[in-house]
Amino acid sequence: MKKRKKYGLIRDVRKNKLSYFMLIPAALYTLIFGYCTIPYMIIAFQKFSFKKGIFGSEWVGLKNFEFFFKSQDALRIVGNTVKLNLLFLVFTIAASVTLAILINEIRNKYFKKIVQSSYLFPYFLSWIIVNYILYGLIGSKYGLLNHTIALLGGQSINFYNQPQFWTVILVVLKVWKDLGMNTVIYLAAITGFDEELYHAAAVDGASRWQMCRSITIPMLMPTVTMLAIISIGKIFYGDFGMIYALVGDNGVLYQATDVIDTYVFRVLRTTGNPSQAMAISLFQAIMGFLCVWGSNYIAKTKFKEGALF
Amino acid sequence: MKKKKITFGKAFVYFFVIMAAAFCVLPLLLIFIVSFTKESAIIRNGYSFFPEEWSLEAYKLLFENGADVLRCYGNSIFITVAGTISAVVITAMAAYSLSNPSVKYKDKLAMFFFVTMVFNGGMVPWYMICRKIGLSENLFALIIPNLIFSPFNLFLVRNYMREIPVSLMESAKLDGANDGHIAFKIYFPLSKPILATVALLYGISYWNDWWNSIMLVTDEKYYPIQYYLMKLKSDLNFMRNLQSAGMAGGGITPSESLQMATAVITIGPIILLYPFLQKYIVKGLVIGGVKG
Repeated sequence: MKKRKKYGLIRDVRKNKLSYFMLIPAALYTLIFGYCTIPYMIIAFQKFSFKKGIFGSEWVGLKNFEFFFKSQDALRIVGNTVKLNLLFLVFTIAASVTLAILINEIRNKYFKKIVQSSYLFPYFLSWIIVNYILYGLIGSKYGLLNHTIALLGGQSINFYNQPQFWTVILVVLKVWKDLGMNTVIYLAAITGFDEELYHAAAVDGASRWQMCRSITIPMLMPTVTMLAIISIGKIFYGDFGMIYALVGDNGVLYQATDVIDTYVFRVLRTTGNPSQAMAISLFQAIMGFLCVWGSNYIAKTKFKEGALF
Repeated sequence: MKKKKITFGKAFVYFFVIMAAAFCVLPLLLIFIVSFTKESAIIRNGYSFFPEEWSLEAYKLLFENGADVLRCYGNSIFITVAGTISAVVITAMAAYSLSNPSVKYKDKLAMFFFVTMVFNGGMVPWYMICRKIGLSENLFALIIPNLIFSPFNLFLVRNYMREIPVSLMESAKLDGANDGHIAFKIYFPLSKPILATVALLYGISYWNDWWNSIMLVTDEKYYPIQYYLMKLKSDLNFMRNLQSAGMAGGGITPSESLQMATAVITIGPIILLYPFLQKYIVKGLVIGGVKG
């Protein structure tokens, strides 16, 4: 039986030589940057040194994990990661669902197009550019906000050394950047709804507000839940690109902004301890995998279409 | 009475929608205006939407003395063009094979690509592998790792190609065409819309990338423009701290308007491509996002 199956693959390759040939570059890439990373995970249990390599390095058991979980950093960075991701999720959904419903009320086609273009633009900018924009707004010397405060006779605030503002700053920027794309997705869902429902409601004398409350919002819920479940699957993964571009190596702000990914990056590049970095990232991968698997399970039982795999 | 109520509701809708648009666009407009503001006006009044004095000084400086900036800009263009072309070709070829009905193991092969999307070793092994295979201190390090190909885009293209009628492939085969011909002459041209989506997705992520440079490159001559901008900001902060501590001579910090002008030229290509980005990426992502 096994032999026959193997033969099947070989014959399949022979039959579709060119098809398999065209698959090689992508497969090679996945093999090197995907599968080859997995055996390296064992360095989490070693005191890895670049000189000795994976096979020569000393084994230390769970010491790397112990070190991380006993430090004060563990709770802070895991907490920040989950907290920020939940806040991003809630505020992005709230803002984009509201906006999609409102845009749907507008009948003027050109106006609709213009506003939608303006929502979408930030989505295509890098976080580095966003950092320049943020500096323009809250920079301590020339920033717009501080200048306005000064004009009104207040005391200017140096946001870059006050961690208490940063949760809000990060949430606002995330919403700002992702608003357009999420609105587009919800709007696409709304335009797919059956027009008949609205006609029937209009005949019964329902107002736009009543239609929105009892037709649009309930019918949007499956899409909302589905996108929320996908995001929850990624809850243990911090947005490195965002946090590092905005905060960089500004240690004063870590208390509010440090997430697992930025921490791992620092342990790897600044402290230069790959084993410990790997231990933290292995913990993250396992938690992340459980979340993806769990959320996919929920998606599967709730909606047939919603499952990723 | 009823009519009046409706207009109030409408006014509210328009007000809210316009406010949201302003929220999205005004911050960008600010850095645009600052890049055209005279330096002395910035120092007097800070960043402002209504500058006292306009000036092209920053852009003049950028193009006359900005050899660094222009080199990094050139690097970014090269990385983006070379990377996008190779990524699209690789993705399209793989997608053809995975949608070819005569390949018996296509679903198992698709699984092969999917697994590492959900589970992989993360940043540490990735970094070690890149160094091991020589992807450091060269432009390949900014093209090959991490970005050249993404399984998500592969599935997007494969799903599109599945919808192409099999009869086309069969009749081409009867005429003696091989899979290479069918892929490049029939399937790829028919998949133009989704390939455009994927090309723009790759293009944007190459243009906006600085992760590869922060991890794999230390030599300034390979910096892409995004990384240059990032370095510029952190070096400036460092110098400012030194100055405020009275430890540096000062006078060498590039001007505020010059910084913003550099940021603006980095956004340039995105503004130029924006109509296409909007058209193709929105379409592609809505299909991908809703159908999973």
